[in-house]
Amino acid sequence: MSTSNMPLPVLKPNDYASDQEVRWCPGCGDYSILAQMKKTLATLQLPREKVVFVSGIGCSSRFPYYVNTYGIHSIHGRAPAIATAIKVARPDLQVWVITGDGDALSIGGNHFIHAIRRNVDINIILFNNQIYGLTKGQYSPTSPLGKVTKSSPFGSVDNPANAISLAIGCEATFVARSIDVYTSHLQYVLRRAAEHRGTSFVEVYQNCNVFNDGAYSYATDRQTKADHVLELEHGKPLIFGKNRDKGIRLNGMEPEVVELGKGITADDLMFHDEKAEEPTLAYLLSRMRYPEFPEPIGVFRDVERPIYDDRINQQLVQAREKRGPGDLNALFNSGDVWEVNE
Amino acid sequence: MATPTPTQTSQRVRELVEATVRFAGDSGDGMQLAGTQFTNTSALAGNDVATFPDFPAEIRAPRGTKAGVSGFQIHFAARDIFTPGDKVDCLVAMNPAALVTNLSDLVPGGLLIVNRESFDRNNLQKAGLESNPLEDGSLEGYQVFPVDMTTLTRRAVEGTGLSTRDADRCKNFFALGLVYWLYNRPLEPTLHFIESKFSSKPAVAEANRRALMAGYNYGETTEAFASQFRVAKAKLPPGRYRNMMGNQALAWGLMTAAHLSGCKLFYATYPITPASDILHELSRHKNFDVVTIQAEDEIAAVTMALGASYAGCMGVTGSSGPGIALKAEAIGLAVMTELPMIIIDVQRGGPSTGLPTKTEQADLLQVLFGRNGECPLPVVAARSPADCFDVAIEAWRVATRFMVPVILLSDGYIANGSEPWRIPELEQLPPIPVHHPDKPNNGQVFYPYKRDELLARPWALPGTPGLMHRIGGLEKEDVTGNVSYDPHNHQKMVNLRAQKVANVAKLIPPVEVEGPEKGKVLVLSWGGTYGACATAVKRLQEQGQEVAHCHLRWLNPFPANLSEVLARYQRVVVPELNMGQLLLLVRGRYLVDAQGINKVQGKPFTVGELVEGIERYL
Ligand code: SF4
Repeated sequence: MSTSNMPLPVLKPNDYASDQEVRWCPGCGDYSILAQMKKTLATLQLPREKVVFVSGIGCSSRFPYYVNTYGIHSIHGRAPAIATAIKVARPDLQVWVITGDGDALSIGGNHFIHAIRRNVDINIILFNNQIYGLTKGQYSPTSPLGKVTKSSPFGSVDNPANAISLAIGCEATFVARSIDVYTSHLQYVLRRAAEHRGTSFVEVYQNCNVFNDGAYSYATDRQTKADHVLELEHGKPLIFGKNRDKGIRLNGMEPEVVELGKGITADDLMFHDEKAEEPTLAYLLSRMRYPEFPEPIGVFRDVERPIYDDRINQQLVQAREKRGPGDLNALFNSGDVWEVNE
Repeated sequence: MATPTPTQTSQRVRELVEATVRFAGDSGDGMQLAGTQFTNTSALAGNDVATFPDFPAEIRAPRGTKAGVSGFQIHFAARDIFTPGDKVDCLVAMNPAALVTNLSDLVPGGLLIVNRESFDRNNLQKAGLESNPLEDGSLEGYQVFPVDMTTLTRRAVEGTGLSTRDADRCKNFFALGLVYWLYNRPLEPTLHFIESKFSSKPAVAEANRRALMAGYNYGETTEAFASQFRVAKAKLPPGRYRNMMGNQALAWGLMTAAHLSGCKLFYATYPITPASDILHELSRHKNFDVVTIQAEDEIAAVTMALGASYAGCMGVTGSSGPGIALKAEAIGLAVMTELPMIIIDVQRGGPSTGLPTKTEQADLLQVLFGRNGECPLPVVAARSPADCFDVAIEAWRVATRFMVPVILLSDGYIANGSEPWRIPELEQLPPIPVHHPDKPNNGQVFYPYKRDELLARPWALPGTPGLMHRIGGLEKEDVTGNVSYDPHNHQKMVNLRAQKVANVAKLIPPVEVEGPEKGKVLVLSWGGTYGACATAVKRLQEQGQEVAHCHLRWLNPFPANLSEVLARYQRVVVPELNMGQLLLLVRGRYLVDAQGINKVQGKPFTVGELVEGIERYL
């Protein structure tokens, strides 16, 4: 990205930290995501001025203040639209959207859908804590049915939204999931998201230890996590479990959990293909939820499709090639023009 | 092949200073096309012109009904004019519904050309008529010319291979040809238009050409009309002219401002009547490096514009009242982040969905105050179709100079109306200087909210090494731009943002007054009512009345001398197409006992209404 021949100083994770005090609650999962992001940026050695973080409203959306790059902390739900324009205007920048379950799936649902279906080259990182944290604990669009909160004392009657299913339904070209405390996995997923051209969507399970503590304990408790989380690997069979003795087999179009051995081998299992043309299997994976199934993490889907910002900018180039650069004088004087003399 | 205009023969020709013609018919009858053609031809013939298209909200209301009537009015003159005319001298009514809905605007004794064959029982019924006005004597006060347009058009296009249905669609050209004859207009411009417009459909081109000629020749040969009319050339300031519609002028003004400033134009919008034509026009000009995005909704459109401005383009979004309401929060973000941006509001009748295709000026208070918190921003309003060009450039200049979103008000009347536009010398338009810093502004540190003498903050672009900073909707600390909840800082920032907008008054010219420097009545107007107000005041002045006219271009801030100007008159009268919005501001701000002339009927003021309204204070 630099034209200089001088060797650039190597950027370390902390070089991406701003001078602002981080103000999330102690113990919040957001700290880990911030740390993994800084490591990822350092791994990619992205010049700080080439990175823009755009966020909406919510706890997660304070993120841009804490990184020493460019950033906009915008209004509720609108970050994908702002990011779209920044990327179209400046394709040389790497643009990240930091959002939450309320921000992306509730108030900003429309922009989320349309950024993804356009396949703008931005990275959307959704911190899913299944609660409204900043407004002090109301149920969110990803809270489970029956969730008791301040605004749902008799239990939430809303069906929860499935972020990954939704993204796939919007023709997402990159879809992944990770968990705040899975530090190296999260770094890996963030790096993959950064490397993908087109909209990258990453859902991060994030613990809100103040208003929704333990929402993901099934996936993070040392004792149980291996049985409740399935790490996706491209080209590999879907195996999980503490002893790696369980797998996912397709029974027609229905996935089922099977035990390996007793005549069932890895070859009988479903194999993961993140490059599959059709998103059918990725969608099927997104439907696997705790407790019936282990929940997949990793890259669900990573395919190449034409990119919105490329297309817009190509149209400008093509129009210039076809009609010549715009000439205002010629435009003004085209068509029916008349002269008035003294 | 262009056919030369038939030479005019034995008919008597009467000279007129001005005339107003209205074409009215079903929305499928091609009245807008006929009107546009008549406008261009009149402009090319050297008249001053002003037009007023009036179409139904429904795309295709049931044929023959009053709801489906579409009209196009052209006022053309041998002197300079500012309005499309109060009353119509010649009405073309293609069916009974068009007659019923338009007749009241025809002057007594005016010319009424109707397609007789459309006055059948079915159409009369659809128009709610019990008897045929062509036979029942109800049109006695007018000069009625019933013409069998359907038959005559069919006969004219015979042999071109068109179906009867398609042949009937040429009727508008027949009517146009007839009116061309009546007003002694050349046929060439429309013949050229037909040739290029239908170049891929030679049969249609030939049929339309024949229909046009047939209409013209009908006038020439039937001797039904006692005389022809002629409206001589107007004395416009010398220069090259073209006819211009408001939305087109806005689009071209934005493109020109982009050129003058070196900032890329980034137009993000969501389709809405009557603003969509700005998008249509801009999206044709991608070779001018214009980005257009049809966003998923109004909020996406305005936030995209904001993102584009953050990245160094000029983000522009256009809408009408309902869309502006949706954009309010994001406009507040632009005020807070102090980014340049232009928000265009082409006003229409409200509230809610209101009257989408009709005009009104009732968004003034919305754009001034319709946001949470203390959220002032500059507001500028166009006064006529061609003026939209200049206003777009001014809005751009202020937005970039002050780092502030600017609201540009137009309205449905200006947007779709047209008038001659004097083509500017591009080289003589002053450039719009824009600066993006490339180094820190305080030693090694960059302060994004360090201000210049007019209080604008620097426009540092992402991608610039060493200037990384964060902005957002939370209150900013003065100078550093860091988040701050400090009470005194908040007070200071609210004051600074307000003072910055007030500083715009240092750059905008003082208001001028047409008429006596002081005296009885000052008519204070803004926006699209300019033409009607100017004409009404002139008429009263010609009658010897002590009345002056002052027109506001900037609604925020008000020009620095406004207070002093208002104080020079015994009475300030504020005509508005709303229930008294500027009136409220003027009374509140300047403590003058101003009086309003107000109307909300989806229609512009007529000059007559204003003369009458103003006279009450004389
Ligand atoms: S409320 Fe929850 S999500 Fe928000 S900062 Fe505190 S712990 Fe984190």
